[in-house]
Amino acid sequence: MKKIFLILFACLLTFMPLLSFTSCGNEENENEDDTAKYKGTINVYNWGEYISDGSEDSLDVNAEFTAKTGIKVNYTTYASNEDMYAKLKSGATGYDVIIPSDYMIKRLLDEDMLEKLNYDNIPNFEYIAEDFLNPYYDPSNEYTVPYTYGMVGIIYNSSRVSEEDVGSWDLMWNDKYKGDILQYNNSRDAFGTAMYRLGIDVNTTDESKWREALGELAKQKSLVQSYVMDEIFNKMESGEAAIASYYAGDYLTMSENNEDLAFYYPSEGTNIFVDAMCIPKGSKNKALAEEYINFMLSEEIAIANAEYICYASPNTLVTDSEEYIEYMGEDWIEILYPEGFDLKADYDKYCYKNLPPETLSLVNELWEELKIDSSLGAWVYVGCILIISALVIWGVSAFVVKKKRSKYY
Amino acid sequence: MKTMSRLYTTLIFVFLYAPIGILVLFSFNVSNSTGVFMGFSLDWYKELFRDSATLAALKNTLILAVTSSVIATVIGTAAAVGIDRMKNQYVKGALISATNIPMMNPDIVTGISMMLLFVFVGGLLKLDNNLSFATLLIAHITFNLPYVILSVLPKIRQLDSQLPEAAMDLGCTPMKAFFKVELPAIMPGVLSGLIMAFTLSLDDFVISYFTIGSGFETLPIRIYSMTKKRVTPDMYALSTLIFIAVLLLLILSNVISAKAEKKPKKK
Repeated sequence: MKKIFLILFACLLTFMPLLSFTSCGNEENENEDDTAKYKGTINVYNWGEYISDGSEDSLDVNAEFTAKTGIKVNYTTYASNEDMYAKLKSGATGYDVIIPSDYMIKRLLDEDMLEKLNYDNIPNFEYIAEDFLNPYYDPSNEYTVPYTYGMVGIIYNSSRVSEEDVGSWDLMWNDKYKGDILQYNNSRDAFGTAMYRLGIDVNTTDESKWREALGELAKQKSLVQSYVMDEIFNKMESGEAAIASYYAGDYLTMSENNEDLAFYYPSEGTNIFVDAMCIPKGSKNKALAEEYINFMLSEEIAIANAEYICYASPNTLVTDSEEYIEYMGEDWIEILYPEGFDLKADYDKYCYKNLPPETLSLVNELWEELKIDSSLGAWVYVGCILIISALVIWGVSAFVVKKKRSKYY
Repeated sequence: MKTMSRLYTTLIFVFLYAPIGILVLFSFNVSNSTGVFMGFSLDWYKELFRDSATLAALKNTLILAVTSSVIATVIGTAAAVGIDRMKNQYVKGALISATNIPMMNPDIVTGISMMLLFVFVGGLLKLDNNLSFATLLIAHITFNLPYVILSVLPKIRQLDSQLPEAAMDLGCTPMKAFFKVELPAIMPGVLSGLIMAFTLSLDDFVISYFTIGSGFETLPIRIYSMTKKRVTPDMYALSTLIFIAVLLLLILSNVISAKAEKKPKKK
């Protein structure tokens, strides 16, 4: 018995410091409730690492919100639009604020899963730049408030890629850099690179166009080192790969760790995305959620978020702020907010829209075709069957031998 | 031959511990890069204790692991005792294999079927929130149960069935006999079941992913959601701390049991 208690005691000791740290945080919040305007808790569902959270001396936005308003924030995160969609669809209601990307907002709206916002509760909406008003996914601005936007470009290692090859999507198909190229491990983005290069509309429903893009990706396949998502950070920073396409904001964080990395927007056009805050149907604290959205647009908070996430901000309070421009530096501002782009027109032309289900399944099918080497595919099954039948034969013969022997002895 | 066996042992240990070694190394990195080591610092450990969302996720994970493993241990021990006392051998065998099936079942099947069940029942009961902490807890207890039963059953089999009978003969009620005689005897099995359930619940991702509700996040899910951008090195710091805690716990429990074994000899 003594032994058990000692072990339990040891358990307690090891986890005690961790627990006490977390409880500290809660107490602070509770004390501040006394001066609060509101009472309540909202559930915020956002991308991972997509808010200034107090790390690296940044502002802890959610704690600040609780301190100012007394509303507690239950903050959880997801890794992709599709993850979030699946969660909402599975019946996990109770989210008050979600921040999906444009095409996903369109899908949610089409399926009547979003709540209309009361913009009287969001006075800071007036600071949203004109380019982001009335977007295609919310043409009369009734459901959404833009949070961040960004563009996809090509990141390359300037010590290994010569400047003359730079400038267009062709760099990702250049056989001089065989084995140094990274491609998205995500069908929409990977097809996007080929379609921008070929000048195909990325939202086409024409099957032959998608097949054409597939042909382009198949040609590229032998040059590609691997199909990746977040591994791109490691591979580019360590110099394992030299060419990849990713979001401008993420290039900035990568360049902090490897000065050789450079970046450009391909001349043929490139993806622009907007992530916007919305309130899903079923929210029980709509007014508090609107308070939160308004708070996210206020100057200090929006700047803290923009500096932390490193994505471009649609908020004029941020883009006009000298503090922000100074913090980011001219080079970074130039990359995030490039001149010579007509944002509104380019956005309508190059953004990803919600594809009809038939096209989506076609894209997934083509993507599988590309990823799985068909000649290998069959052999895998043949191999499995061979191994299993060998095991069965071995088992049966062992059994038979045993039976025979037991007869003799 | 001796060098070969040594080489083999070293190789095995390298494969087992090299990933953890790299993780510990990069938790001391100066920069936030996970590819380039730029110098030694303790920044990520400081960062970790300032990251309120991660600490909240850790707290959630610990609460979930402790409650689910304790409840699963209580239910599982009771179930094991019940199964052991069954008279009909066929029913007993069938029950034991029935409890083992969830263990062999892939997590993804358990997770999705649980989610479907909760959503279905939630719809029947007209709940407005089908998934919540309760559903997550139920799911964790469910997948922990077979492991507890599996580690308790052999201990009960080893137990002399005449012991509780003797206790009752000496005036114990059946209840008292169980708590005073049987339970202490099977305690090692119960405890190892508890620890197994605790660790399984601590690092479960797939089942939690499907059954978790809004406003609650466990550590594995939080780490997964970081993969669009990057997993920050304070996660490495946290993993290092958890690894050290587990290591110390193991060493401690080994030392204690070694001492406990020595004592009777001295007498």
